[in-house]
Amino acid sequence: MAHAYTPGLRVSEMTVLRKDRRLPIKGDVLVNVGDVVTSDTVVANTFLPGNVQLINVASKLGIPPQDLPPIMQKGEGDTIKRGEPLATTKGLFGMFKSNVPSPCDGTFESVSTVTGQVILREPPTPIEIDAYVDGRVVDVFENEGVAVEVTGTFIQGIFGVGGEKTGLLTIRTDDPGRPLTADDIRDDDAGRIIVGGSHVTWEGLQRAMEVGAHGVVVGGFDDPDLKKLLGKDLGVAITGHENVTTTLVLTEGFGEIAMAHGTFELLKKRDGRKASINGATQIRAGVIRPEIVIPIEEAQKSDEIAVAEQGTGLDIGSSIRAIRAPYFGRLGEVTGLPNELQKMESESMVRVLKVKFADGEEALLPRANVEMIER
Amino acid sequence: MSENGKIRAIVATDCGSTTTKAILIKQVDGEYRLIVRGEAPTTVEAPFEDVTRGVLNAIREVEELSGHEVLAGEDVIHPNEGGKGVDLYLSTSSAGGGLQMMVAGVVKSMTAESAERAALGAGSIVMDVLASNDGRLPHEQIERIRHLRPDMILLSGGIDGGTITHVVELAQVIAAADPKPRLGIGYQLPVIYAGNIDAKEEVGRLLGEKTALYQVENLRPVLERENLGPARDKIHDLFMEHVMAQAPGYDKLMGWTDAPIMPTPGAVGSIIETIAKQQDIEVVGVDIGGATTDVFSVFKDTFNRTVSANLGMSYSVSNVLAEAGIENVMRWVPFGLPELEVRNRIKNKMIRPTTVPQALEDLKLEQAIAREALRLAFEQHKSFAVGLKGVQQERTISDAFSQSSSGATLVNLMDLDLIVGSGGVLSHAPRRQQAAMMLADAFLPEGITRLAVDSIFMMPQLGVLAEVHEKAATEVFEKDCLIHLGTLIAPVGTAQEGKPCLTVEATLPDGTALNEEIPFGDMRVYPMSVDDKIRVKMTPARGFELGAGPGKPHEATVSGGVVGLMIDTRGRPFTLPTEESQRVEKLERWAKAFDAYPG
Repeated sequence: MAHAYTPGLRVSEMTVLRKDRRLPIKGDVLVNVGDVVTSDTVVANTFLPGNVQLINVASKLGIPPQDLPPIMQKGEGDTIKRGEPLATTKGLFGMFKSNVPSPCDGTFESVSTVTGQVILREPPTPIEIDAYVDGRVVDVFENEGVAVEVTGTFIQGIFGVGGEKTGLLTIRTDDPGRPLTADDIRDDDAGRIIVGGSHVTWEGLQRAMEVGAHGVVVGGFDDPDLKKLLGKDLGVAITGHENVTTTLVLTEGFGEIAMAHGTFELLKKRDGRKASINGATQIRAGVIRPEIVIPIEEAQKSDEIAVAEQGTGLDIGSSIRAIRAPYFGRLGEVTGLPNELQKMESESMVRVLKVKFADGEEALLPRANVEMIER
Repeated sequence: MSENGKIRAIVATDCGSTTTKAILIKQVDGEYRLIVRGEAPTTVEAPFEDVTRGVLNAIREVEELSGHEVLAGEDVIHPNEGGKGVDLYLSTSSAGGGLQMMVAGVVKSMTAESAERAALGAGSIVMDVLASNDGRLPHEQIERIRHLRPDMILLSGGIDGGTITHVVELAQVIAAADPKPRLGIGYQLPVIYAGNIDAKEEVGRLLGEKTALYQVENLRPVLERENLGPARDKIHDLFMEHVMAQAPGYDKLMGWTDAPIMPTPGAVGSIIETIAKQQDIEVVGVDIGGATTDVFSVFKDTFNRTVSANLGMSYSVSNVLAEAGIENVMRWVPFGLPELEVRNRIKNKMIRPTTVPQALEDLKLEQAIAREALRLAFEQHKSFAVGLKGVQQERTISDAFSQSSSGATLVNLMDLDLIVGSGGVLSHAPRRQQAAMMLADAFLPEGITRLAVDSIFMMPQLGVLAEVHEKAATEVFEKDCLIHLGTLIAPVGTAQEGKPCLTVEATLPDGTALNEEIPFGDMRVYPMSVDDKIRVKMTPARGFELGAGPGKPHEATVSGGVVGLMIDTRGRPFTLPTEESQRVEKLERWAKAFDAYPG
């Protein structure tokens, strides 16, 4: 039997996930292995070295750089306050002295007798890393961070905008094929993660942002609306750092595409639960996809843990979605996996599969143009 | 390694980000020829984390397909004896994102530009160019260095004996940023200093402890001359020692190869340079990938390479639309599509980069995007491949009326002899005619130009081979790597549609006499196979030229290819009608002349 692999996105009702929470530079880890944490627990913190300021003291005083050392008021490692003199000239008979004040608070790093420049470093900026998900610390990376383990539902989206957010999952459409509009969003959706169906309209997303929703999860979104949201055309799919109040996660793609039935039903089942979402997407080597993590309390795990995860093999009977024109977005079932290369309308020679769409129509599709979906 | 004369079997691999490709070359009847090609997924990332796994798998496929034993267990058999083993094993690599550098120089258009040329020529992606006059404040430059985390920094600035202040200031900026390398926690970032010789000591004092500092000869010792060789060589050495050594399995791979592993684009540049030198021709090469487009050129014996880091056909496809504008993409599409549909389709290609065009319409849209990606990449290349700026030029009285400023582009389309295209959208176009049309539309060659595509993208392997065995590399390049599409004749000038443009006289290979007056605005193709060569007499109409001067007749020997002899009287500069029905009529007429699409 021909067996093909197609990179599908993970949709798992119950799984164990490990989330590494690392500092960008070394610092202090604040929790221990075994600690139970919630999404907002600070697990590690550190100080980022402050910004550097270069001031050309020699040119400001109008003297050669090599004349600087005797008139410097501060030495390497000294702390300095904004406005304090860095260097003061001797003046004429002790009069008419001129000086260069420090433009910031910080530490005096160095002075160069070649360029006449003084380097000051501003005070360090504190940064904190939180746990992002409710779970348990299972590993500590000394001075770097921790690994948090969480058991629950895990859904990967295809594309997202905005960073990590948490909130109560709230279903606002009754059907995975119906778009999410402004009328669906309520005033009390502040802080929530709203789930819609096939699409979110521009007005719908704006309304979600106005009320202060933390996230929107839908099937699709239109590219012209993405341009409006970002204020520019997105050239390369590296997202997650946008300054948006509401994180957007698309489960299917661009345009109006019904959310996969299974994904929608699973989200519906988790309606009202706390979820952590992240819109960060990177589509290059080391792919990052947006995600929705819904932790499940200990008591309920035993009943539900047996649910199997989606497989990765494509076989006769597999449910698929076409992901490129002319069948884009249509759902069907694999009815054949011929081995030979076949010529497409475009005359490209490719490996194909036979598919029967939900409406009974049959077609040959390049294997590269389908994605497996859960039933 | 054996001596050149005794080399009979060669294996070369290219470890890409996703696929490792191996080729076997053997000496057959005194000539070096490609025997087979094998490929396997690259294994740099988890769960394997050992590049040699993918290399061994790719070589095993070569063994299976050719029956030639190359491996004994997990070792490459050296040398080739009794039909087993190879005399040379070489490799290139772009796995792990290739080589990513920052460069710095005092004046943006002078030493900083020379430093950028050195880094690009060595096969690097240049993440940013710092210069004393780049308009950024020092703290902004420092922020940038800390944020980007390059693999390496090349610092230049000042001519030998000139002022040292500015280059020392740049060294201060780098020292203050206290940069950390992208890969490998716990080792120092390599910094190459190739600036004013008098600043060496001060730069050493500033950067010696904070970075792994290497000092080489000044890359711009005097304004009139670049000396990029020493900096380029040092980049290659450090790529091996620092960047590659951090990637899993490379220490083992480095032990197998008979020459240093080269960054993939550096190797492609090397083969293009070799071919240009050997055949004494002016060449443009382009490699359009999923994420980036590399353009290489050799004009007036000067090699240039540019990387358009965000112009590509999958990961970066959306950026082509953003940079070119939807109107420029859609001008190549001979049917209407609503903007919303085009935008959503392109974004869906970006988020699912491995899909292929199934419908003919979709293929045409993809090839329209490719034309714009190639055009933009070539525009960038033209503005970078320039003569040295800031150089005083000696002029005689005869030059007084045709003065050109320093820093003019070296790219002269009329002198260009050969365009070589590679990358999926060109190499795997369902019909070769489509590749020819894409190259013609994107590069708009002038005069007489040969067009070719790289059949299976083996230029990287041939590039590294050219470094150690030029003969083998060039023989395989000509015979097995290139697919000659044919020769394109394109007069420069414009006229009204249908007015006289060019008269061609020749005897075609099948004996038919060709004597045609071709009006302005046309595309024609005359079948001529790869081995055919004919003499053509071309007489441009008034206002047109083909290299001999306006309206002057020109005679040349042209060679054929899988497409044939192509004549393009669409004019230079080239414009497409803005009126929808006229534009569509033209696109369809030209495509029909080329038999580019079915139906």
